[in-house]
Amino acid sequence: MKQGFRKIVAAGFLTIALTAAGCSSTPSSQGGENGLDKELNVFNWSEYLPDSVIKKFEERYGVKVNYSTFSSNEEMLAKVSAGGGIYDLTVASDYFIQPMANQGLIEPLDLNNIPNFKNLEPDLVNKEHDPGNKYSVPYMGNTVSLAYNPDNIKTSITSFADLWKPELKSQIVMVDDQRFILGMVLKTLGYSGNDTDPAHLEEAKQKMLQLMPNIKAFDSDSPKTLMINGEVNVALVWGPEIALAQREKPQITTVLPKEGLMITFDNFVIPAGAKHKKTAEAFINFLLEPEISAEIAKDFPYINPNTEARKLIDKETLENIAIYPPPEEMKRVESLKDIGDSVKLYDRIWSEVKSSQ
Amino acid sequence: MKAPVIGSATSSRPAATTPNRPVRDYGKTWTIGPILIWMSALFLLPLILILGVSFFTRSSFGGIELPLTVENYVRFFDPLYFKILWISCVLAFFTTAICLVLGYPFAYIVARSPINYRNILMLLIIVPFWTNSLIRTYAWIVLLRTEGVINTILMQLGIISQPLPLLYNETAVLIGLVYTMLPFMVLPLYASIEKLDKSLLEASSDLGAKPVHTFWKVTLPLTAPGIMAGSLLVFIPSLGLFFIPDLMGGSKTVLIGNLIKNQFLTARDWPFGSASSIILMGLTLLFITAYILITKDKEGKELL
Amino acid sequence: MRYSLGRKFSVFYASLIYLFLYMPIAILILYSFNQSKLNAVWTGFTFDWYVKLMQNSDVLEAMKTSLIVALISTLAATMIGTLAAVGMYRYHFRGKTALDAMLYLPIVIPEIVMGISMLALFAQLKVPLGYFTLIAAHITFSVPFVVVVVRARLAGFDKSIEEAAMDLGATPWQTFVKVTMPVIAPGILASAMLAFTLSLDDVIISFFVAGPASATLPLKIFSMVKFGVTPEINALSTLMLVVTLAIVIFAERIRMRKE
Repeated sequence: MKQGFRKIVAAGFLTIALTAAGCSSTPSSQGGENGLDKELNVFNWSEYLPDSVIKKFEERYGVKVNYSTFSSNEEMLAKVSAGGGIYDLTVASDYFIQPMANQGLIEPLDLNNIPNFKNLEPDLVNKEHDPGNKYSVPYMGNTVSLAYNPDNIKTSITSFADLWKPELKSQIVMVDDQRFILGMVLKTLGYSGNDTDPAHLEEAKQKMLQLMPNIKAFDSDSPKTLMINGEVNVALVWGPEIALAQREKPQITTVLPKEGLMITFDNFVIPAGAKHKKTAEAFINFLLEPEISAEIAKDFPYINPNTEARKLIDKETLENIAIYPPPEEMKRVESLKDIGDSVKLYDRIWSEVKSSQ
Repeated sequence: MKAPVIGSATSSRPAATTPNRPVRDYGKTWTIGPILIWMSALFLLPLILILGVSFFTRSSFGGIELPLTVENYVRFFDPLYFKILWISCVLAFFTTAICLVLGYPFAYIVARSPINYRNILMLLIIVPFWTNSLIRTYAWIVLLRTEGVINTILMQLGIISQPLPLLYNETAVLIGLVYTMLPFMVLPLYASIEKLDKSLLEASSDLGAKPVHTFWKVTLPLTAPGIMAGSLLVFIPSLGLFFIPDLMGGSKTVLIGNLIKNQFLTARDWPFGSASSIILMGLTLLFITAYILITKDKEGKELL
Repeated sequence: MRYSLGRKFSVFYASLIYLFLYMPIAILILYSFNQSKLNAVWTGFTFDWYVKLMQNSDVLEAMKTSLIVALISTLAATMIGTLAAVGMYRYHFRGKTALDAMLYLPIVIPEIVMGISMLALFAQLKVPLGYFTLIAAHITFSVPFVVVVVRARLAGFDKSIEEAAMDLGATPWQTFVKVTMPVIAPGILASAMLAFTLSLDDVIISFFVAGPASATLPLKIFSMVKFGVTPEINALSTLMLVVTLAIVIFAERIRMRKE
């Protein structure tokens, strides 16, 4: 009977081992005709790259792209830190690049393999978060923009400060993002959107508490639905959300708030230990081709930093200030920055504000 | 029907053919062994990792670093976090209570329906939940919103003149939670009521007990294990659930589930997130142990 | 007279609950025929989403992954859980209360913590992420539900019947199959259905333990949220619903005829 037991255990382990082996990614067969690998594991934000573009790359280079998605920087970080080189290419917001580089989670890029880098707008490269673009190449960006439906809102809205008007009771939808929303409140108070002074943050908390009655819902996923349904008439949400809502309700109007906007860009980075680095760089280069970049912009209307591609994007999109703030606005936008340990304080304030009711 | 694979080894043992006590030891190994091994490897081991992390310090980039500290536990003793815990408990309690009140008669009716229909009726309870929860929640939003189906019908019928605010408030959150958790109440109840011996109920009424009396004195006590199982399976997950409150309530409250999620996915404060989860688990463990100790006596008596 | 009134009320009450359960499902089905891409406003009738669904290999592939993971993990979880429930009912052993309490922990542990800690474990052990890790994780979070439901069914079950069977010469295995199983079968079925439901809908834990090429359907759907989950998913849900119901009714018909 011992024998029987052993057999079962052995069979069990065998099954486990086989399943595990079967699931591990097949070893990369190096050196195709173009010096690229046969496989590429891409980890991107959800809804950020059309399937058609991936298919084109696969066809042109004979590479199989395994594409999976995440919905926050932190989710991406958790999986990339688990290591094992499971991903060859991922995308990180600009304020995430320094922390990742400092922890050795990303590898320097070889810009020589990305000649299309030259297509990017000079103002949007070589930024503070990654001097010389050692680790990252900008992909797309967006602001958190303000919009309202003038059919149902009679009071004027020209600034963030107007959101506190009592007429707007239960009329606002906002992204559920503590950095952007508290940043907006800080800007309303005349501080930087990245302020970490506890006294200023206390002030912001009190101000935010007063705003709560006007907020009907926080929604980061699909706030446009509430605008389209008529559930709310004011939105402080991702720019592209406003553009999409306008497709159903053209009367929705974007406001450039007096206080100025906050912006964030996403960037390609290569996780440390990536098994197909060169192929990843070829993929980045491919996505920076003007036609390809314009194709992405058509499906996903974010700020496209690709000057060459912009020539191919329709005028209507380029002129939509919810997506592309005008140049004078772009000069004063504030980028979201890594605030280190102050994030604890932000989080506590956010919890307190939300638990106030 | 699934058990044979492992269990068959037991029967192939020569020793097993002689009935009686010694054989039982193998039974113990084969029944308790798998779960012990499985849960130790895939649940306890990761849990120990989390326990470890809860004593570290958040590094300024959001990783973990030394020194070891209990600061993360001390931090939780803050009126704010207690309030969050309290709100979560109240919400979970109401969800459980409503599920029980709605679900008990329903499970009873299904369990007492003609035997030919029972399986189908039971399956009909669970089948809606094989659709995606996100799509299902969106469907609820279509039903409940200001210009939604329910408001439109009520206004057409002239029952109301102004649309009712059905969405983005506590009622909506409760509807969403009760809807999602109802099968977790009904199925254990069904399994427990279905085995009720009808003759006991008949005996009770033959002895002149009123139906209400029979229910309180016979039916309810006999189905108590089902009630407890259902209540636990509703209460405990409701404590940590945040996805439905967020979508249907408009994310305007922080529940304990949100708090913990935020530590991992926004603040990148894994030590505090881990400590909060350990505290939540510790509290639940306290509840459960109390429940087990209380019911133990009862079960013992019943078995006599 | 009183009996029939009670009966009528029973049917009425059960219908109300079924209405509650199926109301959103009706909307879900309705919107699979909606022209608008957004799950928000009704704009007109179309079959387009069914056509698009059939061409969307990613979604179909994700559904296949989900079904495989759900079936295997339900089978395994039901097996492990039922055995444990029977063992805990039948035997007394040291640490039983501890095991009992421990089994509730996976139910209460926030999904994100379970997901991240499992990811850490797999990373430590260098287990590659993929089907195996997905199934292992799903078994882990389903098992406690099975144990709780089956134990509730077993509670109050007369041990002397089992003992009588054994005294009459039945092996423990025979006793289990011939005596215990029939009694707890409805409990096993109920718990298996819960496990299947849990597995089919899990997002958070799956996110952390899925490999680069093993997305489940809920993962796929959640990745579509930002630009609107297209009614293709409604169409898929509708088809799944119709197929499940058809199989169930067909199987029951056959069973009834046999009887």
